[in-house]
Amino acid sequence: MRPKVPFLTCLCALALLLAPTLKAGAQEDASEKEIERYRAMINDPMANPGYLAVDRGEALWAEKRGAKNVSLESCDLGQGAGKLEGAYAALPRYFADAGKVMDLEQRLLWCMDKIQGLDIKPIMAKPFSGPGRGSDMEDLVAFIANKSNGMKIAVPLDHPKEKEAYAIGEALFFRRSAINDFSCSTCHADAGKRIRLQGLPQLDKPGKDAQLTMGSWPTYRVSQSALRTMQHRLWDCYRQMRMPAPDYASEVVTALTVFLNAQAAGGELNVPSIKR
Amino acid sequence: MKRILIAAALVLPGMAHAQQIPPASPAVVDRVVTESFTKLPEGWAQRLVPDETMQLCSVTRNQPSAKEADAIMAREAKTVKLPEGSVIGNWKEGEKVAQNGRGGQFSDPPGTVSGGNCYACHQMDPREVSYGTLGPSLANYGADRKFAPADAKVAYAKVYNPQAAFACSPMPRFGHNGVLSEQQMKDVVAYLFDPDSPVNKPVK
Repeated sequence: MRPKVPFLTCLCALALLLAPTLKAGAQEDASEKEIERYRAMINDPMANPGYLAVDRGEALWAEKRGAKNVSLESCDLGQGAGKLEGAYAALPRYFADAGKVMDLEQRLLWCMDKIQGLDIKPIMAKPFSGPGRGSDMEDLVAFIANKSNGMKIAVPLDHPKEKEAYAIGEALFFRRSAINDFSCSTCHADAGKRIRLQGLPQLDKPGKDAQLTMGSWPTYRVSQSALRTMQHRLWDCYRQMRMPAPDYASEVVTALTVFLNAQAAGGELNVPSIKR
Repeated sequence: MKRILIAAALVLPGMAHAQQIPPASPAVVDRVVTESFTKLPEGWAQRLVPDETMQLCSVTRNQPSAKEADAIMAREAKTVKLPEGSVIGNWKEGEKVAQNGRGGQFSDPPGTVSGGNCYACHQMDPREVSYGTLGPSLANYGADRKFAPADAKVAYAKVYNPQAAFACSPMPRFGHNGVLSEQQMKDVVAYLFDPDSPVNKPVK
C-alpha cells in the first residue's frame, strides 16, 4: 500500500512538468484524467487501508467492554438487535428508546453507554483519530457501513421527528453566517463548479452528485492517513466555513446527514471508499 | 427491467416525501445551532447567528424579491467605508492576499492574518492554472475598464461589501466583517487595476 503515495507525488510532479507546455484547459483535462486513473487504481479493497479499519471495527463490535463487560452485539441499529446488514443505508433514523433521530455514531455512543456501561466522555472529547491515536468510532463505522455495501441509500422520512430532522438539515444547508457569510449552499448548490482545482458536488437537490458523495462515506483519506466518517466531513466543512467546531454527535450534524442522504436516495454504497 | 422498477419504487416515495416536508421554523433551527456548537472560542458566538441580511438570504435561498434586494443593497451600502485618498495599493502584496486562504478557521493558530483567498473562486492572473469557478473570471479586469479610478473605487466597495452591489451575492463581506484590513483591500484592488499587474497581462 505504501508505494501508492509516492506514485501520487509522481503524478503531481508530472502534471507540473507538463504545465508550461500545455494550454490551461488541456492541462486540466490531462490532470483530471490522470487523477481519475489514480482513483480507479486505488479503488480496490486490497489496496485500500480503510479496510484495516473495517477489520479493527469487526473485532471491537464483538469485544466485551465497559462496566457491564458485554459486547455491542445486542445493539439495535434500526434493523433489529445485532443486525448489521443494511443498517447504515437506512441511517440516520428515529429510535423510540432514545426518543430522537440518531446517525450511526450517535447510536453507537448510545449503545456503548446503555448496553456496555462504557464511559463515553473520553470518546466525545477526542472522537477522531490523529497522529499516534486511533479512533474506535472510525473503526466501528467502517465495519458497520461496509455491511451495507451494494445497497441503496434509503433514509426513512416517516416519523415526525425524521421529517423535522430533514427540515432542520435543509435550513442548515442554506443558513449563511460567520465571518465569510458562507453556507453549505455557497459551494454545493451549482453543477460543475470547483474551488481552485477541486470539483464540488451539487448537493442542494436530489441527483447523481449527492448519490456519489453520500455513497462513498466513510472513506479513507490518503492526505490524512485516516478513515474518516460523515461526522468528520461535516466538522471539516464547518471549519472551512469559518464556523466554530460542531460538537461531536450533535443534532446539527445528524440533521444535515438526514438532508444529504435524502438527496442521495437510491445511491449505492461502496465503502469505505478511498479519497485524496 | 424488473430490478429498475423495484429500485424506482424504493426511491420515489422517499423523494416525493422530502418535497412535502414543511420548512423548519427559524426558532427551532436557532435552538439546534445553539445546542450543537457549545465549545466556542472567545468572541465566536456571533458567528452562529446570521445578521438581518444573511437571515433574509438564508430563508430565500439567495433569491430575495426585488423589494427585499433593494432593501439589502440600501442597508449594506451604508456600511461601506472607502479609504481616504487612493484605493490602489501594491499589486504584489495584493497577489499574496489573493493566493492566501489562511485565517479565520478554528484550526488556525490565534493571530493568523487572514488572506482573501480570491483564487478559490475567481480566475485572476490568466497564467495561474489553479483557480476556482464559483465567481466570474477577473482576468484583465482593470484593462477592460481602462484603469478608470472610478471603477477601482467600485471594485474596492465590492470587496468591502458585495451585498451593497448584488443582494445575496455569495462573496464574503471582507471589509464589513473585518476579514481583510484596509491596506489588504487596497492591495487586492491594485492587483486588479495596476497596469503592471499580471491580471492585466494577457497570455501571449
